[in-house]
Amino acid sequence: MSETQTVKEPTPPAKESQGSQVIREIMAGNAVISVLAVVVALVIGGILIAVTDPRVTAAAGYFFADPAATLSAIWSSVSEAYGALWRGATYDPTARTWQGQLGIFETLTFATPLILSGLAVTLAFRAGLFNIGAQGQIILGATFAGAVGFGMHLPPAIHLPAVILAGAIGGAIWGGIAGFLKARTGAHEVIVTIMLNYIAISLVLYLLKNQLKDPNSTNPISPQMDGNAVFPLLLGPNFRVHAGLIVAILAVIGVAWLLNRSTLGFEYRAIGANPKAARTAGMLVSRGYITVMLISGALAGLAGVAQIAGTEKSLDSEIAGSIGFDAITVALLGRSKPWGTFFAALLFGAFKAGGTSMAVNADVSIDIVAVVQSLIVLFIAAPPLIRSIFRIKAARREGASA
Amino acid sequence: MKLELRGITKSFGALVANDHIDLVVESGEIHSLLGENGAGKSTLMNVLYGLHEPTAGEILIDDKPVKFSGPADAMAAGIGMVHQHFMLVPVFTVAENVALGGESTGFAGILDLEATRRKIREISSRFGFHVDPDALVEELPVGVQQRVEIIKALVRNARILILDEPTAVLTPRETDELMDIMGQLKAGGTSIVFISHKLREVKAISDTITVIRRGKVVGSADPSAATTELASMMVGRAVNLTLDKADATPGDETFKVTNLTVMNDAGQRLLDDVTFSVSDGEILAVAGVQGNGQTELTEAVLGLQKHVMGSIMLDGKELVGRSVRQVLDAGVGFVPEDRQDDGLVGEFSIAENLVLDLYTKEPYSRFGSMNRAVIARNAEEKVAEFDVRTQSAQDAADTLSGGNQQKVVLARELARPLKLFIAAQPTRGVDVGSIEFLHKRIVAERDAGTPVVIVSTELDEVLELGDRIAVLFAGRLMGIVPGKSSRELLGLMMAGLPADEARAQLDAPAAGTAGQSEGELP
Amino acid sequence: MSVTANISPSKAVDRVAVRSWKLPILFGLLALFAVVVFVVLGPSGQATFRISQEGDAWQVPDLAVPAKVFGVVVAILCVLLAARAYQQMRNGGRIDNWVSMTFTVAFVVGLLVWIIGGTKTQNITLVGLFTGAMLITTPLVFGSLSGVLCERSGVVNIAIEGQLLAGAFTASLVSSITHNAYAGLFAAAVAGVLVSFLLAAFSIKYVVNQIIVGVVLNVLVSGLTGFLFEKIMKIKVDGATIYNQPAQLPDLPIPLLSQIPVIGPTLFRQSIIGYLMLVLVAGIWFGLFRTRWGLRIRAVGEHPKAADTVGINVNRTRFLNVLAGGAVAGVGGAYFTLVAVSSFSKDMTGGLGFIALAALIFGRWNPIGAALAALLFGVAGNLQSILSLAGTPIDGQFLAMLPYALTILAVSGFVGKSRAPAADGEPYIKG
Repeated sequence: MSETQTVKEPTPPAKESQGSQVIREIMAGNAVISVLAVVVALVIGGILIAVTDPRVTAAAGYFFADPAATLSAIWSSVSEAYGALWRGATYDPTARTWQGQLGIFETLTFATPLILSGLAVTLAFRAGLFNIGAQGQIILGATFAGAVGFGMHLPPAIHLPAVILAGAIGGAIWGGIAGFLKARTGAHEVIVTIMLNYIAISLVLYLLKNQLKDPNSTNPISPQMDGNAVFPLLLGPNFRVHAGLIVAILAVIGVAWLLNRSTLGFEYRAIGANPKAARTAGMLVSRGYITVMLISGALAGLAGVAQIAGTEKSLDSEIAGSIGFDAITVALLGRSKPWGTFFAALLFGAFKAGGTSMAVNADVSIDIVAVVQSLIVLFIAAPPLIRSIFRIKAARREGASA
Repeated sequence: MKLELRGITKSFGALVANDHIDLVVESGEIHSLLGENGAGKSTLMNVLYGLHEPTAGEILIDDKPVKFSGPADAMAAGIGMVHQHFMLVPVFTVAENVALGGESTGFAGILDLEATRRKIREISSRFGFHVDPDALVEELPVGVQQRVEIIKALVRNARILILDEPTAVLTPRETDELMDIMGQLKAGGTSIVFISHKLREVKAISDTITVIRRGKVVGSADPSAATTELASMMVGRAVNLTLDKADATPGDETFKVTNLTVMNDAGQRLLDDVTFSVSDGEILAVAGVQGNGQTELTEAVLGLQKHVMGSIMLDGKELVGRSVRQVLDAGVGFVPEDRQDDGLVGEFSIAENLVLDLYTKEPYSRFGSMNRAVIARNAEEKVAEFDVRTQSAQDAADTLSGGNQQKVVLARELARPLKLFIAAQPTRGVDVGSIEFLHKRIVAERDAGTPVVIVSTELDEVLELGDRIAVLFAGRLMGIVPGKSSRELLGLMMAGLPADEARAQLDAPAAGTAGQSEGELP
Repeated sequence: MSVTANISPSKAVDRVAVRSWKLPILFGLLALFAVVVFVVLGPSGQATFRISQEGDAWQVPDLAVPAKVFGVVVAILCVLLAARAYQQMRNGGRIDNWVSMTFTVAFVVGLLVWIIGGTKTQNITLVGLFTGAMLITTPLVFGSLSGVLCERSGVVNIAIEGQLLAGAFTASLVSSITHNAYAGLFAAAVAGVLVSFLLAAFSIKYVVNQIIVGVVLNVLVSGLTGFLFEKIMKIKVDGATIYNQPAQLPDLPIPLLSQIPVIGPTLFRQSIIGYLMLVLVAGIWFGLFRTRWGLRIRAVGEHPKAADTVGINVNRTRFLNVLAGGAVAGVGGAYFTLVAVSSFSKDMTGGLGFIALAALIFGRWNPIGAALAALLFGVAGNLQSILSLAGTPIDGQFLAMLPYALTILAVSGFVGKSRAPAADGEPYIKG
């Protein structure tokens, strides 16, 4: 912001604090659509929960005799499930231990890799590239980070930074391959990144049978991370939330600056919006594709670091879980904006934390979370659909340029 | 077959593209629709062809009202259309393209292309088209592709044929052939709607002329009407067809192109051994029909072409082999021929577009960080200086009209001290008011001592701006002639005659050249 | 004008070859690999291919190949062919098809001999290899045919995985309830159509990016089937799960043809789904390239506006094709639970939908090409599981990577020209 203050003339459009921009993004006309999309998705999820609940189906058997019984069964079924979801994600006064009550910190723990990998997808998306490969980049990041983390023993001040760097490099290599092939041969990044995801899994399975295998285990799993190589826990041993969250928040700030303020981000956005005009204006589009995929891959690699050095502590083939795919939905829900991605990741982290509690306390499979998440994204991607459901008039011109 | 449009109105949101248009096309006449780019001619024809539904108004065929819900209805009613951008599937053969939508089939929907081939050969021989039904469309020259489009309409028994800007992509010779074909079709009873903004062609071929301006019919004219009269109807006021510009005072030859050859990936020479030079304070206008190497020439200078041989010297420095950024930094200002594709990022603000190739320079950025305040102030200045009509410099560039978009591009490119200024199609799709403004700025840059290269397919623009005129044909330079050369000479050169031969041809007794020349401007 | 200018633009441009060195470079690297691996690191002893099974009507003797000698021959052949490819590219700017074909076949066979020769047992049953491969190939073919139908009409189908999974789940559920495998098969097709309906509705009607819709649908189907699996299929009645006990589709061997060594058990001893696969591959190929239906679909996928201007309803064509693709993929999904294994399990398609996408691209959007690619990927996949038992010089994981790596090479232009339909992924908006 220091540049703006050196200018004395009134320049209204450029004066805007980072905070107000976040608010504007959240408060923009589309925010209504986003909220409604979440609501509709939760309603559909609720319907699914209700119709598969034996109590509801039992009550529905005598629906005409006693409709109230059915409705109350539906209510208790859905409210129990979503209640457990909400409490698990935020605060649960009924939990037996005080640590268990504070689900909000589980939410932050789950959100950490989602923020980082969501940023990876967001950044590439703004440069016009669809990075479906966060999954593979996370795996590579975790593998590189692990190789440094359990393969070496370094002093505390050096080891963790080395792990972080290694993870970023691992992800960057995997993302960079897609960027390089896109730039040099025109290979479609969607196809290449999908394929690289599966190659990454095979690669890590191979390594876990050979070079990276824990000699004391019969399973394909690596040794534990060195004590110096893991993220310190932020709130002591009772909570899993770790310093990776700080890395993630710094990454949000960094990507926000990169996209909105830096010349590099200007280039990326120009390339994303109109690569031909970018080329004519002297930007090197192919270099842009390569570097943006390197950075994007590095961000996903950091998500891998958050996994291995934050929560998992050792490498196995499931290290990435479904984070790489959730990252895509997170970025879409966040409308490909850094802070939007941040909040979307928090929401999805809450779903994950709450989903576990829901599975335990309300006997509703955590798979419903995937259903709700995907519905949210579908509805958000199709504003006309949400508008027609709620009969909202299109506030702005829709597709007028087509 | 008689066609009548009554009160046709078509609006897209707030934009009214056609406003109560009335039009009558009599049976067997060639009816020209004359209007500037963006006047609403194509929209009107898309309504007629069933591609757009009219907001209001009705269409009558032989005095009976008809309703088209899609092109199929229009075709069934006997209307055929040759679109400005050909509606041909490149990877299909001619026969497949012609058959598409009206296929003959055998058992279980199996294609029977033989019937189609027969029809193509028949029509082809009737009009002398020389079209091979089994040729792949993507391998055919544009002129032949256009004939395939006409065959498509004729196979469907079109009684009214709409030709949308058919000559934009043709050489003068191909244009003459097309005019011949139109004459034959008319003789066979087909009505033709000919859409164009080229006065000479319209005067040469039409039976009736209807002039459209800003979505409204402004009147009809007789083909014998004076060119200046038609022009003023088209643009809405008396037009001064010649720009007030002083004679050039050329200085040193600082821009030299020597033996320049450009190839595409397949190894075809799109620009073939071109040599010329431009002096300080001089405008070289490059004329030619679209697609004869002009794009490759300008892009080669900028460093956008891959396979370039030869030399491009600016101020003693070689430009071949340099990146676009280096070429721009060497002092080249560049206005690309397609501003929406190459000149602007549509969703960026006007302010951002005004620094699209300056953003790495101080004061717009420092240490990799953009200075938004300076960029905004720069935008305010440029918007005022170039009279860009917009609410705010923070609006997206694609909200601007074509002329205002072009002003943004020009404002950006002229913002730096230049050693060479290249503008390709500087006024394509631009309203007349902006054209004058843009031309004046270009001449002002010349008068400031910069060598200027203008590429245009519009002969009027070439004659207006060029101090000297170079003509490209099939990637070769046909010669460079003085700015005041005759249209006939330029026309011959654009058709592929080197300057000497073209002059010799004109100096010879004018036998057999009647007929075509009556539409020429004096 | 009486002037005749005899230079037409097309004649005036003479071709100067601009060469692409990707293929010669690839061949060179592979030839080097052949020399190092097949010759220097080549196993001694024999690689034995068993062709006939016990009880076959015709007994064909085993094929025994001396691995080292064979490796040397293949390596020399590869080097010669690579040199030839280089020479052809230098002289003419293009490589003859026979060079590429021979090279590929020689290299693959050489690789196979090297792998088998390096195992402990040094033999492999070809019947086992191919019939096992069909377990992978069959759903792959259906998945890639779904892709062909969608993408030829211009809609990118990333949701193949979801369509397969929905088919597998529904087939199991309905077959368990009705005790009729054919009812399950039909229901699977319907489930595939439902997934397709969402893909079509969102990407065509609401013009949402097709890749986004596909990615999200995969998550949706995975979540939905996972949820219903927990909620319904785990319901126990009298101590047994009853909603995940599908009646299976029987094998229907064709007399005589099923007795042919290798080919018989592979192709002519299958369930109805297997025969449907053969019919669909041939039928869709014929339909696409020989009928009015196919001409229109290809036109819509290549140049939708051109199709529109001759009266073809672009979006309806696309919608129907996407639905048809869903039905095909749904049937392929049924193969998992009605033929391959006896019950549904969570995410049991295991990414095969993405290999189907790879087969589609590697097969150049052509039904027959896609089927051959699916066969190649199936053989590679099955070889991987055979080898993991046999102990080999090459780790099975590298064979698992093969489909993906080959697809990356294909889209990068190293392996021929793989060109998608021009309007693939582009929504069509009138006007």
